Amino acid sequence: MSANLKTASAAALPDIDALRAQFPILHQQINGKPLVYLDNAASAQRPDCVIDAISQYYRADHANVHRGVHTLSDRATQIFEQARETAARFVNASSSREIVWTRGTTEAINLVAQSYARPKLTAGDEILISWMEHHANIVPWQMVAEQTGARLRVVPISDAGEIDMSAFEQMLGERTRLVAVGHVSNSLGTINPVAEIVRLAHAREVPVLLDGAQAAPHLEIDVQALGCDFYAFSGHKVFGPTGIGVLWARESLLEAMPPWHGGGEMIRTVSFEGSTWNELPFKFEAGTPHIAGAVGLGVALEWFMNQDRAALARHEAQLLAECTACIESLPGLRIVGTAADKVSVVAFVADDIHAHDLGTILDHEGVAIRTGHHCTMPLMERFNVPATARASMAFYNTSAEIESLHAALERAIKLFRA
Amino acid sequence: MAELETLYRQVILDHNRQPRNFRRLAAPCGCTDGINALCGDRLRVCVRMDDEQITEVAFEGSGCAISMASASMMTEAVAGRTREQANAIGEAVTSLLAGRRTDTLPDPLGALAAVREFPSRVKCATLAWEALRGALAGEHAAITTEDDLQQQNRI
Repeated sequence: MSANLKTASAAALPDIDALRAQFPILHQQINGKPLVYLDNAASAQRPDCVIDAISQYYRADHANVHRGVHTLSDRATQIFEQARETAARFVNASSSREIVWTRGTTEAINLVAQSYARPKLTAGDEILISWMEHHANIVPWQMVAEQTGARLRVVPISDAGEIDMSAFEQMLGERTRLVAVGHVSNSLGTINPVAEIVRLAHAREVPVLLDGAQAAPHLEIDVQALGCDFYAFSGHKVFGPTGIGVLWARESLLEAMPPWHGGGEMIRTVSFEGSTWNELPFKFEAGTPHIAGAVGLGVALEWFMNQDRAALARHEAQLLAECTACIESLPGLRIVGTAADKVSVVAFVADDIHAHDLGTILDHEGVAIRTGHHCTMPLMERFNVPATARASMAFYNTSAEIESLHAALERAIKLFRA
Repeated sequence: MAELETLYRQVILDHNRQPRNFRRLAAPCGCTDGINALCGDRLRVCVRMDDEQITEVAFEGSGCAISMASASMMTEAVAGRTREQANAIGEAVTSLLAGRRTDTLPDPLGALAAVREFPSRVKCATLAWEALRGALAGEHAAITTEDDLQQQNRI
């Protein structure tokens, strides 16, 4: 191999050790074994710079935002709004006025259900979702359907875990008022063809909400290229703090939507006869926001955007291939979710070992995975399994950790099949 | 590893692989479902009584090894007992698992004591016992042993 080729191949993959060094939580022992954290789809970990930024904010910069004339309040407002600018760049929004801070994806979807959908829906109208949705993209629509007499319709998926696009096309009808689907499935790892979904929906003038909770840590998000109308994601899944997330929506839609929560910050004037609303996006941010959360998320997104994203994606694709091969090599284990286009999430079941027993045994080996229904009960029924075990990788995971997973699974099999 | 092998002792694995009295009971006097929805554990415990005596007890459903083995061992422990005796055994098991007492249980139930070292799994072991209590009391509503704290850990 020539020296040039060596350099090229070294540049193709990120320096994982250097990345891992920035995530302090990864460097610990669990039950006497090095932690192997493979539960990133439930919540990712955060780098030092995020933890430090939150600490620095409280130590030096905190006051309430958009309120006072004093220096600290100005400083806090500036940092807070700078984070909004960062979030706008992260999803390629045309303006930071389109970025509404929420507690997370769940609250963002509830906001759209109550503020956008509820005033528009009448009895017999339809909301279209898919069979693989997280409960956060099911229940808010059930609630608004209950309130308005609208119907929730569910697009079927294939055995591989892919949306049945011809069924989707057929189900898009005269009464469809909104399509709400996950960009990436948390339980299966499937990357849905969302640009095509948007194209088909828009051809019938139906707006589209994308649940981006699982896409944000893996894919580069460009809401203008996707063409969607609403996009939601959570801070803690994209290396930021918990309790903070983002709703992006087209400015024209946000302008037309009434406020959801009432209180301070979201008003322009208040009198006992009535109140007027603040401009975007503050109209949707009643009460003192999670300032430190937004600051931490801004730093997390900045950090993430500064990485070589293509290299991280290549590394994750390799981890996905290795983890898939690992599960397939073990007798009696079966992968649930075999779509052609996936992020680094591998859910599986064992013939004779319940997911919870696997979870307990793996934990004893230092390997953290998620077991259960993953907030997708209808999907578990679709695949006729009570629960699955799920290994979900982030860019800071390593091939050696997949080998640890393999060894721990072998240990479980040996214990149960002795 | 010692704790793990104590939890998954041979007797537990055996009851999981070949659960006793694992069938639908014809003409039961009482049935109660035990459902830990977050885990995916679903058991139905049914009893047939002759006055105060349990003449037959059976369960069906699916769950993890701990919940299946606990249910299987339960059926063997309470068959032929009176309602009062069965409830006393159930109380002994659940209070031991909940850490409210520290004495030992007669084998093979003693094997369940290892679950105490795995707090997130205690609810698996108590599910069948709570369902039995419901069935003996003639309660039709499904029970769960997933409390709020455990739910937070699973969402």
